[in-house]
Amino acid sequence: MASDQQTPGRPQGRRAIARARRREALGRGWRQFRTHRGGMAGLGILVFFTLVALLAPVLFPPETISVTQATGELLAPPSAEYWLGTDDSGRSMLALLAWGARVSLTVGIAATLISMVIGTSVGIASGHYTGFGGATLQRLTDWVLVIPFLPLAIVLATVLGGGSTLTIIVVIGVTSWAGTARLIRAQTLSVEGRPYLERSRALGSGNWHQMTRHVLPNVFPLVLTNTTLTVAIAILSETTLSFLGLGDPLRPSWGSTLDQAFSNGAVSAGAWWYIGPPGLCVVLVVLSFTMIGRALEQIVNPRLGRQ
Amino acid sequence: MAVLELDDVSVTYRSAAGPVPAVRGVSLTVDTGSSLGLAGESGSGKTTVTSTVLRLLPKSATVTGQVLLDGEDVLTMRWGRLRAVRWATASVVFQGAMHALNPVQRVGHQIAEPIRLHEKSVSEPTARARVGDLLEQVGLPSRVAQSYPHQLSGGQKQRVMIAMALACGPRLIVADEPTTALDVMVQQQVLEVLAERVRDLGLAMVFISHDLSVLASACDDLAVMYAGQVVEQGPSDQVFENAHHPYSRALGDAFPRIGDMRFRYSPSGLPGDPPFPGEAPSGCPFHPRCPQAREVCSTTEVQLRPSGERRWSSCLFAPEVGT
Amino acid sequence: MSLIQDVAGSGGPDPIPGPPPLPRKEKGSRGLSPGATFALRKTGAALGTLFFVLVVNFFLFRLLPGDPIGMYTRGRNVPPEQLAELRAELNRPVLEQFLTYLRNPFASTIDSAQFNRPVWELVTERIWPTLLLVGTAIVLASIIGVWIGIKAGWKRGKSFDKVSTGVTLTLYSMPEFWLGMILLIIFGVGAFGLPGMFPIGGISSPGVDTSSLAGWLDVAWHMVLPVTTLTLVYLAEYALVMRSSLVDEMDEDYLTTARAKGLMDRLVRRRHAVPNALLPTVTLIFLNLGFTVSGAITVETVFSWPGLGLLSYEALRGPDVALLQAIFLLFSIGVVLANLVADLLYAVIDPRVRS
Repeated sequence: MASDQQTPGRPQGRRAIARARRREALGRGWRQFRTHRGGMAGLGILVFFTLVALLAPVLFPPETISVTQATGELLAPPSAEYWLGTDDSGRSMLALLAWGARVSLTVGIAATLISMVIGTSVGIASGHYTGFGGATLQRLTDWVLVIPFLPLAIVLATVLGGGSTLTIIVVIGVTSWAGTARLIRAQTLSVEGRPYLERSRALGSGNWHQMTRHVLPNVFPLVLTNTTLTVAIAILSETTLSFLGLGDPLRPSWGSTLDQAFSNGAVSAGAWWYIGPPGLCVVLVVLSFTMIGRALEQIVNPRLGRQ
Repeated sequence: MAVLELDDVSVTYRSAAGPVPAVRGVSLTVDTGSSLGLAGESGSGKTTVTSTVLRLLPKSATVTGQVLLDGEDVLTMRWGRLRAVRWATASVVFQGAMHALNPVQRVGHQIAEPIRLHEKSVSEPTARARVGDLLEQVGLPSRVAQSYPHQLSGGQKQRVMIAMALACGPRLIVADEPTTALDVMVQQQVLEVLAERVRDLGLAMVFISHDLSVLASACDDLAVMYAGQVVEQGPSDQVFENAHHPYSRALGDAFPRIGDMRFRYSPSGLPGDPPFPGEAPSGCPFHPRCPQAREVCSTTEVQLRPSGERRWSSCLFAPEVGT
Repeated sequence: MSLIQDVAGSGGPDPIPGPPPLPRKEKGSRGLSPGATFALRKTGAALGTLFFVLVVNFFLFRLLPGDPIGMYTRGRNVPPEQLAELRAELNRPVLEQFLTYLRNPFASTIDSAQFNRPVWELVTERIWPTLLLVGTAIVLASIIGVWIGIKAGWKRGKSFDKVSTGVTLTLYSMPEFWLGMILLIIFGVGAFGLPGMFPIGGISSPGVDTSSLAGWLDVAWHMVLPVTTLTLVYLAEYALVMRSSLVDEMDEDYLTTARAKGLMDRLVRRRHAVPNALLPTVTLIFLNLGFTVSGAITVETVFSWPGLGLLSYEALRGPDVALLQAIFLLFSIGVVLANLVADLLYAVIDPRVRS
């Protein structure tokens, strides 16, 4: 509405106003977020793991996780030197976990980006176009939603060639967008019925303009919330796919470490330090994204506030 | 004899922003066989007042004063006694029957539920027969008992609600905006059914609405509420035709009568919004919106005073009585 | 099923004067009842999904990079005539191949590279262990999960709610195979001073006749750890879903009606709130069956449970492409059918869907 009051000759001012309003909305959101204990706890955990991931090369030089240059005893329990013990090649578990954080977070975030771009585009388009195209996209969404994730992901990864981080990112990205698309579609439909969109149509704006200028800003808060929840799922999926042996053996994520532990008999050796910590890291990071997502959900949709 | 007697009832809600007084010192009396209309805008506290009758308020509400139902204070009853009184002594026709009925149960089952609950000795066939009878009393054939709520129209659902309220032969019926969500035509029919049943069975009724004309046609007496207080009370036709409080007048004028010249040239409406509960202005709470407000209205505390034969008003400029 | 036609419409005015229009019982209906139309529509949608699965399953593997024949026959000595047959098959026009495939998607001409047996034979004999494991876990998880969800949602914000929501969210964030390995270390292998109590893998001890009573007990003993793992992971989801649907129902007016009638809190919950909250829960549980399958694959792997999940892992490690294809198809069909059953079941329990 503010843009209507601006004179057309001053796009600068208009943009500045939009920026100021966005900043104000962000500030308001942050203040609300701060009152949410679970959300703040999640954010704290996430900041910790992000720092660990960023600092991994400094804290643990690359040779510490090299199989050939490992210095520790094989499969040794925690000690003063190796706080979390060693794996079956004598590498420090602590170093493996720090390096694993890099892979798990990267894959989780990159896969989520792909998933969100596909999900949001399909969702908006299928809600916006009422004809055959929209119906087809909706059908496609329903289909992908029903097909069980892991078998599909396994099949896709086999076709694309396993053993690469990129494959895992793509596979998770293209199999996990359907839920987002359905959510965004529902929101788009409700936005489409609002008067300002009718006004925009009456003024002769095109489909692209309507979708990017009117629908997208309105579904954006939902996209944001959904993103954090999708990262949680993507990290879990990465762990599962890596555990099944589809990860890059040279860049071990937490899931690949668990795969190695399992394949090399850590379970029957009772090497709990080899199996416990990687899974615990996954739980903490996934939980932190989930908590942040729930907090954002309450801010975006106050009706849920009572939960 | 009074079926319901509210004595200085106040309700305060706890909220994150501090206590919110929704009802402030309301006293009302409803005699057997008589009906009282409770009018006011949304947020005036009228539904909160009637919710105290069966203690249906959420846990965040604190109620003070006395609510005597058949001479027994509802507020101090034990849970068991309260459950026994609910629906058997007083029942409710809820606002917007669309959501007040359980969507996944047949309506016959829902009508029979209080019968089976309060009259344990009633056999299944008798209960079923009574449900059919109740439905016929409100102008629906007994086979409606087999329907689910979504299969009925708004008017039919509201009739089902009335049948349900009558199920245990209560002495008092609280009707909370029973016609608000309905079409004008259906409103009239439902109103007639309700008024007729209440009259024939000699029940007492409290009827809540924001529509003064509906209240005037359905009730003997009227109480008008504003910002959690009763601002005017009296026989309904008198309050409706000759209000002693500017707010009652404004509320009456908000529903123009067709053919009445008064409404043709002066489209009336009340400027502004009612105050948020807990933020009522000083003096008379209505003074910021009152067309007749004077200096004194913002400084003098007002209370309900007699303003005529069986009439009360809290307006400082209402007719004085007994001076 | 007595179907009642909706003549009332969507809240239109009752005709006046006289009594309002009434629901009519429909007997010997001409045309289709709303229920049948609903069932047909849902069946059609399920068939559509199945077709999509077939398309994906067929074309995805035709897109294999490199030499598809090498992929299919990796690590296996194939007689030259069979290789020629395979090459001939793969050299036919793709559309023609697809039509042949559609006629009988299960009759793959290509055997499993790993087991050197027809894939369909391999897959069918692995169905029962998976159904036993996953079925038991789903039944247990839905009972416990729904119970927790009801208890937490009804007394929202109380200590039970806080604790159970924390626990279920944590379980929900857990890779199910990791939980399995932890349970296996503690209760199977034995750690922290605990003796190993449960078997560390397999469906039965070697040499036990599984058709005898002792055999059944042996299988049950082997099931304890994998079933516990899957139950814990599944129930987290069910509890969270049930809790939030109950919370959604909490402010509904019909609950106030039920209280006003004098029902005890317990009855308000059991007769009114829970039946309404169960409906969305049932749908969501079935919609997320794909997630159940993921659990089966990894947990069967951890516990060497000889079901479809372990078979998937073995096929993946090959990779045994023909076997993967069959497993994908089977899992997809299973989930699509389960979804269809859920839709039809939903129509039976929710009267609003029928009309």
